[in-house]
Formats: sequence, structure tokens, C-alpha cells
Amino acid sequence: MRTGLLMLAMSIGVAAVVILTALGDGARRYVVGEFSSIGSNLVIVLPGRSETRGFNPANLVTSTPRDLTVDDATALLRVPGVERISPIIVGTTEINAAGKLRESMMVGTNHEFLRVRQLKLALGRFLSQDDVGHGSAEVVLGALIRREIFGTENPLGKTVRVGDRRLRVVGVLTEGGRGMGMTTDELLIVPVATAQAMLNTNTLFRILIEARSREQIADIKTRVLKLITQRHEGEEDVTVITQDAVLETFDKILNVLTLGVAGIAAISLAVAGILVMNVMLVSVTQRTAEIGLLKALGATSAAIRQLFMVEAVLLSLTGGLLGTALGYLCAAILRHIYPTFPAYPPLWAVWAGLGTALVSGLIFGVMPARRAAQLDPIQALSKR
Amino acid sequence: MADAALIQLTGIDRTFYLGDSQVHALRKVDLTIAPGEYIAVMGPSGSGKSTLLNLLGLLDRPDIGTYQLEGRDVTTLAPDEQAKVRSERIGFIFQSFHLVPRLTAAANIELPLMLAGMPAGERAKRVAQALKEYGLTDRAQHRPNELSGGQRQRVAIARATVQRPAVLLADEPTGNLDRATGEEVVRLLEALNATGMTLIVVTHDPVLGARAKRQLRMEDGSIVSDVTSAASPHTSPLT
Repeated sequence: MRTGLLMLAMSIGVAAVVILTALGDGARRYVVGEFSSIGSNLVIVLPGRSETRGFNPANLVTSTPRDLTVDDATALLRVPGVERISPIIVGTTEINAAGKLRESMMVGTNHEFLRVRQLKLALGRFLSQDDVGHGSAEVVLGALIRREIFGTENPLGKTVRVGDRRLRVVGVLTEGGRGMGMTTDELLIVPVATAQAMLNTNTLFRILIEARSREQIADIKTRVLKLITQRHEGEEDVTVITQDAVLETFDKILNVLTLGVAGIAAISLAVAGILVMNVMLVSVTQRTAEIGLLKALGATSAAIRQLFMVEAVLLSLTGGLLGTALGYLCAAILRHIYPTFPAYPPLWAVWAGLGTALVSGLIFGVMPARRAAQLDPIQALSKR
Repeated sequence: MADAALIQLTGIDRTFYLGDSQVHALRKVDLTIAPGEYIAVMGPSGSGKSTLLNLLGLLDRPDIGTYQLEGRDVTTLAPDEQAKVRSERIGFIFQSFHLVPRLTAAANIELPLMLAGMPAGERAKRVAQALKEYGLTDRAQHRPNELSGGQRQRVAIARATVQRPAVLLADEPTGNLDRATGEEVVRLLEALNATGMTLIVVTHDPVLGARAKRQLRMEDGSIVSDVTSAASPHTSPLT
């Protein structure tokens, strides 16, 4: 009973560490995965200059004094090492077809977008290549939009009304494309010039640049910044970020999060440790007669101390192992319920949890063990 | 008698403090015990007989006086050295047996050997032998609560003697037993005494006390009478 409670406390402590770190680490992996799904070897140009280097959430909303234009994007193609360029302009609009009206996100871009973002087509083709400049009346639909508007009907070649334009459906994206927390299932993809005309703007939201290889990313970053600065009359008014930088930042943030969560879990372990101490103290009191007997039988103080220490350590270790098993089980259940969330407990957390359990068992076992060893054998024996 | 005394107590004083009051448990006790003696310590409650027994068993220290065990002054030994002496030279038997309830009879007997750091192989041999000697072989794997009172005390005696101590200290060994099993236990202790083990029994029971060859009567912390039966083979102060 006593030992059972003790092991329960210890195992809950360790399980808390394992589960919480699994959650934290899972969140980190999830975000990293999301970013990787944007595409590989990406360099992103966004308008506006942030004060500090690196990624900053404020970059997403700052406005720019000078527009980032399609011409800038085209010029970037001349930078060595650049494989593809995809300008992006984003806006909300309405799509109207077959008597159905739906609000939707519209992305204006070029034919490279499909490759840069690593999307796949379910039907038809993507935007045609020679659209930069004049903007053909084409649209590629996200899977969900297609289903909601056309149902099972083949949408290819049909005309839809997007905003104030009539556009021809040329392709449909596969389902489940994701990136930056946004699903492509609800996107309309139109040529960048068409989008600019519809939204009546010149400014690009982003320019995505795909590098030929990972090693060239750093070079490309400086060259792109130089070229745009040159084109913008010497003013450095854009921010160039690499996917690595974004990832790193998020990685850092989420690592801190995981550590914080692990800290909370460590507190629960410490509480479990104090519980171990109390239970051991009670056990010393309960077993006073036994300790007295052991002394009468010739046990040295050291032997009795050792006995209690070993018991404390064994209890915490068993509890710790049980907790680890429990933690893994919970993480597995979590993964089963949310398959997209990779809640795997990191190995360091498991070791740290077990280690803390052992150490707290040791530390909090010392006091009761000392008390047991110092008991006066006569009084211990007379108590019964 | 003066040659090679097993136990030599000289001028032992022991005082307890209970709150403000002082309790003089032992006053100026002098006692010499030769090897192989059979001694009963009797007296009313609070006469100091238990204190004397604890002192002889090195569980307690005197305030004044010296205690020599086998010619060696043990009063000044460090606690761990005293533990070693207890482990090797002294066996305890208690009124309420003091068996460890979680352990089997065999494991209880094994305890002192384990505490003495004996290797497992030899331990098993010694335990098996002790079980056989005390007729407990078929009870070896039983826990104390599955044993009768007499069996429990036999286990306790086996545990006390498995290290072959020089002195066996028994505190009311028959106090918790009925007369028949008590008789059986006393005979067992006397048989051990016959093999040369010094036996010191603290008891209230005059019948049990009368069986000893030497009777000490205590009152208020002093030995008031020390009678050795004429039949005693060890000491003969009357001649």
C-alpha cells in the first residue's frame, strides 16, 4: 500500500515529464514540418525592413515605402544560383459559379509556384508559362473549392466568376496541400498580373526564390538583397529571410517552450520526491522495532542507512520506469488521436525524468535513512 | 572464578532523566560472570534488570564504570565496533520474539549472517543447519504469522545463536507462551547452555528463575542477592 502509493507518485511525476516534453517536442516538429512543406531551399523576399536582422513576426504586417514589383522578381532570375522565382500576391475575393457564391483566398503567382511550393495537381494543368505581364484569364482551384462549387462534375474548361473577372478553370490541386498553417484546399490561384489588376495594386506580398542547392542559400541571400537595394535607389527596404532562419527561430522558441514545460514537470517530480521522503519517514517510524532489532542483531548504523537508501532508490527507480512506460503509452494514444501531431517524447527528457526520479529518491531518502540509523536501539525495541 | 571471566562489570552506574526527575536505573553494580554460567536475573518492575540486560548486550552505555567482555573493555568502543561485537558475541531473545513479519523463518535466521557480511553460499548452509537443529526445516518458508508461538520463539533462538555467540541474553523468553511451550523453550535454552554458551535470563517467573544455577535479585538498581545453587557445576563459592 505504502510502496504502491509511493511508486504511483513517482511514476506520475516521470510520466508528466515524458508527456509534457512529448507535447512540446511534438509542437516543435509540427511547426518544422509545416515550414519544410513550403518547399526546400527557399529564400523569401518580403517588403519592408525590420530593425533587427532575422525573422520577426512584425515583418508580416509592416508596410513598405517602396513597392516590391513583378519586375523586381523578374530581375532576380539573373542572380546566379537561382533556380526558380515565384512572385506572390495575396487577397480575398469571391468566386461565383453554377449559381454558388463563396468567399475565398486568392493567390496571384506564376507557373513556377507549383514547383517552388511543391504542390501537386489532381486535374488539368497549372498556370501557363508566358503570363508575366499580360495575365491570361486562367484559374487553378483548391480541392475544397472545387468540391463545393462543382461537386463531382469535371470543372476543367468551365468558366467561373472571380471578383469582377471571368476566368477559365485549367486545373485543380490535390487535397491536403499545406504550408504556414494555411491549407491550399481553399485557394484560388491566378496569374500574378490578373491578381494585380483585380486587386488594383503593384506591390507583391512575397517573392519566393528557390536556390539551386542548399549551399548557395547564403550567397543568394546577400546577392538578392544587393540587387533589390540597387533597384530601389540604394534603399534597403526589403527583408530577405531564408527558410533556415525561420526554422531556426521557431525551433528556438519552441525549444524554450519545451524546456519550460519540462521545468513544470520537474517541479512535479520534486513534489514526488518530497512525497518519497515523507513516506520513508513514516516507514522509519513504523519500523522502529525492526530497526532496533537489526541493531541488536549487530547491524551498524551504516548498514541501516544503506538499507533505507537502497529502498528509496529502488522505489523511485521502479516508479520512474513505470512512469516512463505510462508516458510513452499516453504519447502513443495522443498520436493515435491526432495523427498529424508527432508527439514523440525526446530521449533526453526520458533520461532526465528517470535521472531526476533517482536523484530525488536518493536525496529525499537520506534524511529518513539517517534518522533510522540514529535510532536508539533500546527505545526502538521497547516500542511495539 | 577470577580466572578468565567472561563478563566483568565494575562500578556500573546508569541514570535516566525523565523530564526533571532522575531515575537511578543501576547503582554501583559489580558483577562477574564466568563462561558457561546459567544466570537468572529477577526483581520487580523498574528494578533495573532490563537496563542491566541492555548494558550487557551493548545496546546501552553506562554513565560510570567499565564493562569487560572476554577481557576487553567494550565501554569505550565506537558504535560500529560495538555493533560488530553484538553481531559476533551476543545473541538476543525477546519476549515478543521480534521476528521480521515480511520475512520467512529462514530469512529471519539469515539476517544476522547477512548483516555480518557472510557470502550467500555459506549463509544458506548455516541457515539450513540451524533449521535442522531446531526442528524447523519444514517451516523454513513460512512467515512468522503462520507459525505457532513456540515455533516463533524457536526461530528467534535460532536467529540469536546462528552466529555461535558467547552470551545469550533472554528477556522474559517465556512471557508470551503458555506453560507447555514455555517449558519446551526453556529446555532448548538450557540445552544450549549445556554446550557452553553463557545464558542470562531476565524473568518475573520464580519457577523459571529457580531453574538457573545462579540467581541475581535486583531492587532499585542494585543487586541485593546473588545466590548460587549448590548443584552448580561452574561455581562453588560455599566450599
